[in-house]
Amino acid sequence: MHELGITRNIVSIVAEHASERRVKRVTLEIGRLSAVLPDAIRFCFDVCTQDTPLEGAELEILEIPGRGRCRECGAEFELEQPFGRCDCGSVRIECIGGEELKIKEMEVY
Amino acid sequence: MCTTCGCSDGALPTLTDPETGETVSIGVAYDHHHHHGHDHTHDHHHEHGHAHPHVGHAHLHAAAHGTAITLEAEVLAKNNRLAERNRGWFEGRNILALNLVSSPGAGKTTLLERTLADLAGELPISVIEGDQATANDAERIRATGARVVQINTGTGCHLEADMLARGLQTLDPPMNSVLMIENVGNLVCPALFDLGERAKVVILSITEGEDKPIKYPHMFHVASVMILNKIDLLPHVRFDLTRCVEHARQVNPDIQVFQVSAITGQGLDAWYDWLREQVVGVDQSRDMRD
Repeated sequence: MHELGITRNIVSIVAEHASERRVKRVTLEIGRLSAVLPDAIRFCFDVCTQDTPLEGAELEILEIPGRGRCRECGAEFELEQPFGRCDCGSVRIECIGGEELKIKEMEVY
Repeated sequence: MCTTCGCSDGALPTLTDPETGETVSIGVAYDHHHHHGHDHTHDHHHEHGHAHPHVGHAHLHAAAHGTAITLEAEVLAKNNRLAERNRGWFEGRNILALNLVSSPGAGKTTLLERTLADLAGELPISVIEGDQATANDAERIRATGARVVQINTGTGCHLEADMLARGLQTLDPPMNSVLMIENVGNLVCPALFDLGERAKVVILSITEGEDKPIKYPHMFHVASVMILNKIDLLPHVRFDLTRCVEHARQVNPDIQVFQVSAITGQGLDAWYDWLREQVVGVDQSRDMRD
């Protein structure tokens, strides 16, 4: 359940940027290969935001699909897991998308 | 106990030095923004003296005029920054730091005990133990004569870079040495949290399953070494070694694999050779054994 600690990080960063203003919305980018579950973040968000400027804020999560690039032939393709096999047979895949764990935007009153 | 998040004094990270028996709180891992008193005002925007109903008014008014702020902030940036600081600290002192990860019960502590005993007098090795609770593992390590401190993460399921930094202050490992960081037994979360180590070493025992590498791909993806432990039990369990290594290489083609038994000592020489190579790799101009 690292999502609890991660959500606390998110709340802490947003609260710092909000500096006393109340937060209306938080938009996160979470990659499908980031090992972070959006549903778990949503669950923790309500708990972690209590008595903070984020209380009651809307949580928007943009899920970023995984993308890999073959280190052998350069082909790019979608990845469901942080590993895969290229059509050329290589398993040397570089993750080029889907590992995001970012606070993209916030909206304050 | 705090009803907001379940935290309590007992659940905050602590650091224990088994040599002095002293335990101190290092409850810095999480910034608790739901302050436990009501000593602050930032969650109440009527602190300028207006009556409460006004807040609702202001709320409605502002709802139409929310201001969007672009952040593009990495959630783990703080941990990554602290990890880089630890990394620099290790480099400056010519310390080889390894982050040992596994599920609970894979034999991390037994492997460490054996490694410390076998390499005593050759490689100076100190240890940071991470567990949710108890200093049992630190006591086991201390019994080998090695210097060790214990970090208890409380409710936390992994070590973070700031906890390690606090552990380093107390442990104060010597220059030109090896630091083994035994992470909390968990194949998920420690993969996400850089501590500043040179490499992650994942330990998998053959009493688990041969498909662990593809079940927990993140961990095996970021580890440089996989130690397959308890191979003395191979005759007694259904475990396909070849398939397990194939799975690991599928997730991480460059992963180095050692098959060992920390109890019988089988296969440990290859692991020790790897350690010696890494130590030389830290800085060829310095001698670890001086």
